[in-house]
Amino acid sequence: MSWFQRKVKGITTPTEEKKDAPDGLWFKTPGGTIVHTRELKNNAYVSPEDGFHVRIGSKEYFEILFDGNKFTELDANMSSGDPLKFVDSKPYPKRIAATQESTRLKDAVRTAHGKMNGLDLVVACMDFAFIGGSMGSVVGEKISRAIDHALKTKTPFLMISKSGGARMMEAGYSLMQMAKTSAKLALLSEAKVPYISLLTDPTTGGVTASYAMLGDFNIAEPGALIGFAGPRVIRDTVGKDLPKGFQSAEFVLEHGFLDFIVDRRDLKNQLTTLLKMLKD
Amino acid sequence: MLLEFEQPIIELEGKLAEMKQLAESSRVDVTEDVKSLERKILRLKEETYKNLTRWQRVQLSRHPERPYTLDYFYNITDDFVELHGDRTVKDDKAMVGGFGTIGGQTVMLVGQQKGRNTKQRQMRNFGMANPEGYRKALRLFKMAEKFNKPIVTLIDTPGAYPGLEAEERGQGEAIARNIKEMFMLKVPVICIIIGEGASGGALGIAVGDKVLMLENTWYSVISPESCSSILWRSWDYKEQAAEALKLTATDMLGFGLIDGIIEEPLGGAHRDPDWMYETLKNRILKELKPLMKQSAEERINNRIEKFANMGEVVE
Repeated sequence: MSWFQRKVKGITTPTEEKKDAPDGLWFKTPGGTIVHTRELKNNAYVSPEDGFHVRIGSKEYFEILFDGNKFTELDANMSSGDPLKFVDSKPYPKRIAATQESTRLKDAVRTAHGKMNGLDLVVACMDFAFIGGSMGSVVGEKISRAIDHALKTKTPFLMISKSGGARMMEAGYSLMQMAKTSAKLALLSEAKVPYISLLTDPTTGGVTASYAMLGDFNIAEPGALIGFAGPRVIRDTVGKDLPKGFQSAEFVLEHGFLDFIVDRRDLKNQLTTLLKMLKD
Repeated sequence: MLLEFEQPIIELEGKLAEMKQLAESSRVDVTEDVKSLERKILRLKEETYKNLTRWQRVQLSRHPERPYTLDYFYNITDDFVELHGDRTVKDDKAMVGGFGTIGGQTVMLVGQQKGRNTKQRQMRNFGMANPEGYRKALRLFKMAEKFNKPIVTLIDTPGAYPGLEAEERGQGEAIARNIKEMFMLKVPVICIIIGEGASGGALGIAVGDKVLMLENTWYSVISPESCSSILWRSWDYKEQAAEALKLTATDMLGFGLIDGIIEEPLGGAHRDPDWMYETLKNRILKELKPLMKQSAEERINNRIEKFANMGEVVE
């Protein structure tokens, strides 16, 4: 005999009618702060309390930068070939198809032109969600054509990098994208069209060793991991633990490879100020 | 050093030596047998080296007896003056360079250098350059441009050094700058992969009017071992990784990512270094001739055009 007798039968709500908090409504930063995603969105995806910069993709950056989220996308339908017939745990075309399905992206970069505070700007922005933002032929080609567009129209070029490096499944082709994009940047440089490279978390490997480090202005978001070799590889090579803050944006700034670090909430206005200074 | 797939050849060569010795000591006439065995060995060698798997080519490219960069520099030139230092931090021993004369033509020679024994390997950092190595190379490229001398680079590296100080001094920036600057060099640039051509570490001195590979070398975005460890999450799939990466000279030429292949002696460059030096030297002179006739503008445009066309996309 229990002390209390249930008069009504316990839980009567059927499973399908249960009200669950939808997934992804709240975001927890590594520092432990919990933010509502709406608030995060209104704050350029920066946690208002601890300033943590959440990883975002091209959709969000375009939204932040282009006036009224209006822009013309370039080469929106370009997607990857399979020149090597590459197979690891699954064939490369299947991996591409599955990733396109899950991310609703065509590849790891999107390029567009539009207005930022009234100024013309060409932007190429990488998407880390697409195979770690890896650089294959599509990334190389789209960036190259975006630079071509910047060259033709004498429009400043902004590159937002976010990548683990080269895409192994395109091996030699992937490597040559470093050369190809750098060649185009050399032309842009000769034409004296401003190039701003924004490095975001993370920017490593072949991307760091090509276009990401070639800006007239190299700038980064706070706390971003920036390096050539990944931290794990370096730890294995040197056989000791890496110092705290190693390869952070602040570390890279300290060693002289960045012009400044910019809070994402100030990004649009900072870029505008800089580009206006160069205009006349 | 003996590679596994060379075992049958070595066995036959052993037999041949025995037979020759026997002939001397017993005065039995074995001339015919010797000839037949020699033919057999040659056939086996041709068979073996023609049908190497991609992984076996990688092994040959790393053969410790292969000629290294400085061996070429001293043996293909009449005079060679080595030049040191990046004028900023230090002299990177993994990246070597200097002026040399080849068949009466002064050229700037630059390349990664590996070591032959433990001590040298340490000094040369296994052919893995630091940022100052790439900056040293760029300094020499600019000097070549200043004095209007063509540039020849020899590539032989398992990658740019992934170290702590390398990151502090901007490994990524150093390589990126080299790639960009090499496109704008006014003088002819010939780049030859003589051993390993690993990733950005190789590309950092491999942007040229002509990019060539020796027959038994590899050039790709990652080594088969690292590729195996990342994609298969184990070091044991290097053979598969090498196959998947299609990293041999024949593959790369087939893709149009390089401009040509330089033949090696049967069994690899180390089997007949003198022949190899002569072949490399003649090829450099042959490639330089038409390039020297072009204007700087023509060369730069062609160079950019060539790399701009690399890639395969679906639209």
